[in-house]
Amino acid sequence: MGIIKTEKLVFEYIRRDEEGNVEGITRAVDEVDIDVRQGDFVAILGHNGSGKSTLAKHINAILYPTEGTVWVDGMDTSQEKNLWDVRQSAGMVFQNPDNQIIGQVVEEDVGFGPENMGVPTEEIWARVEESLKAVGMYEYRKHSPNKLSGGQKQRVSIAGVIAMHPKCIILDEPTAMLDPNGRKEVVRAVRALNMAEGITVVLITHYMEEIIHADKVFVMDQGKIAMQGTPREIFSNVEKLQELRLDVPQVTLLAHELQKKGLDIPDGILTTEELVGHLGRVYKKDVEKCL
Amino acid sequence: MLRDITLGQYYQADSVIHKLDPRVKLIATIIFIISLFLVQNMAGYMIAAVFLACAIKLSKVPFRFMVKGMRAIVFLLLLTVVFNLFLTPGEALVSVWKLTITKEGLRTAVFMAIRLTFLIIGSSVMTLTTTPNNLTDGMEKLMGPLKILKVPVHEVAMMMSIALRFIPVLLEETDKIMKAQIARGADFESGNLIKKAKSLVPLLVPLFISAFRRANDLAMAMEARCYRGGENRTKMKPLQYKRRDCIAYLTLACYLAVCIGANIFIHLPF
Repeated sequence: MGIIKTEKLVFEYIRRDEEGNVEGITRAVDEVDIDVRQGDFVAILGHNGSGKSTLAKHINAILYPTEGTVWVDGMDTSQEKNLWDVRQSAGMVFQNPDNQIIGQVVEEDVGFGPENMGVPTEEIWARVEESLKAVGMYEYRKHSPNKLSGGQKQRVSIAGVIAMHPKCIILDEPTAMLDPNGRKEVVRAVRALNMAEGITVVLITHYMEEIIHADKVFVMDQGKIAMQGTPREIFSNVEKLQELRLDVPQVTLLAHELQKKGLDIPDGILTTEELVGHLGRVYKKDVEKCL
Repeated sequence: MLRDITLGQYYQADSVIHKLDPRVKLIATIIFIISLFLVQNMAGYMIAAVFLACAIKLSKVPFRFMVKGMRAIVFLLLLTVVFNLFLTPGEALVSVWKLTITKEGLRTAVFMAIRLTFLIIGSSVMTLTTTPNNLTDGMEKLMGPLKILKVPVHEVAMMMSIALRFIPVLLEETDKIMKAQIARGADFESGNLIKKAKSLVPLLVPLFISAFRRANDLAMAMEARCYRGGENRTKMKPLQYKRRDCIAYLTLACYLAVCIGANIFIHLPF
């Protein structure tokens, strides 16, 4: 069993009218089975309303399954006694950078998690320093969070989670409210954590560029896992992705169109360099043929 | 435009007063205020003035910052002076038309003015030299004993510090909503007071909705970071009394003693 495992996970929202009568039931997550290995970088993709955020909230025990089970580090999240251990092992970063920073100074915010866990004062300081350095925000430790850019705020939030020494972190659309530069900053910080510190990362997003480096990708649609595999496997299936209303990166799309027109290019091109390489090869072959 | 408002008027400087424990400063302010109402003669006020002047000098905060706080209460001050001046019964000094200034009236008016001025300046010394965060920490610690009476001290302090954290965020939000509505023809400037107040309704409704949404998000983020109230919580910056704090307490005790002494033993003609 991996660090995060769900089995036949179902979550239903009950919609009620003003008198509190049940109007209908929405299945936000529908029989999802995922298994994440320790140290992996996993991405969960999906358009709005696909249930990806609901799934994320189960891993942090903010929501409990209607049916099925979620295990984090071998602990069943629906057991009350596991609650705080689960939240400590699976840290969570949310979408809105403003609504998750509690402290009035960067370092105080990073210290908030360890304070709650009852870590002794000297160790809190050590953890704050180490986590701020890990996300490259150490020189801003005395700043007010209000003065930081979106990307910087999100990095502070990530530091706040790392300071709790979690085994994995779940990022629920951390880049949705950021500009392209901020997005790059955050994704770079997350990748560095995954590679250098070996923290398991679950990145939830609807930006396809961000999942290129993932070890495994799950694509969700209407509460179900619609596709899963390595990024290359996922990107090989452009038609299916478009059907799921996901924006395929321009390079992948271009490669796909060229391939359809008969050029000899493999499926699932991820980067511009890769496409350029293949095009060069195709061009050389053509030239040789003409000679 | 709203972003220019600075709340929490902390003035950054490197002084002894800045470094004092917030608890000391809170207690000092309370004692200073009590002393102002305790003393009944000029000698007492002179001692208070000297004490205040020393505190200001030590705090390294320019005097004009202290006076800034006065502007807000100028009206209140005038009102108090005028009422005390004319409405205190006693030995008449000057009498114009129906208004009489009495000797007692003059005395209370002057004392009241001094009291209010000192009170405001005294408390600004505290707010100017203590960060809001430090202040809430100090209050939490001071009110700690109230926990026995089931007063939610930690929760109140947490609420205060979160409120302080979100003041700039909400101001920015107000600014944004205002601009969005001005762009669609809303008018916040013209009209009389009632009309202006009415035009604020469409501003306040979305602001409240977004504030509640933020509160919801924040509560979730706090829970996700293992927040479960004040129990078993450690402090990143615990408050600890140092030597200078003890000295400050001693000075304070001396001041209070001198004040009481002056009140009893020194009798000046006014």
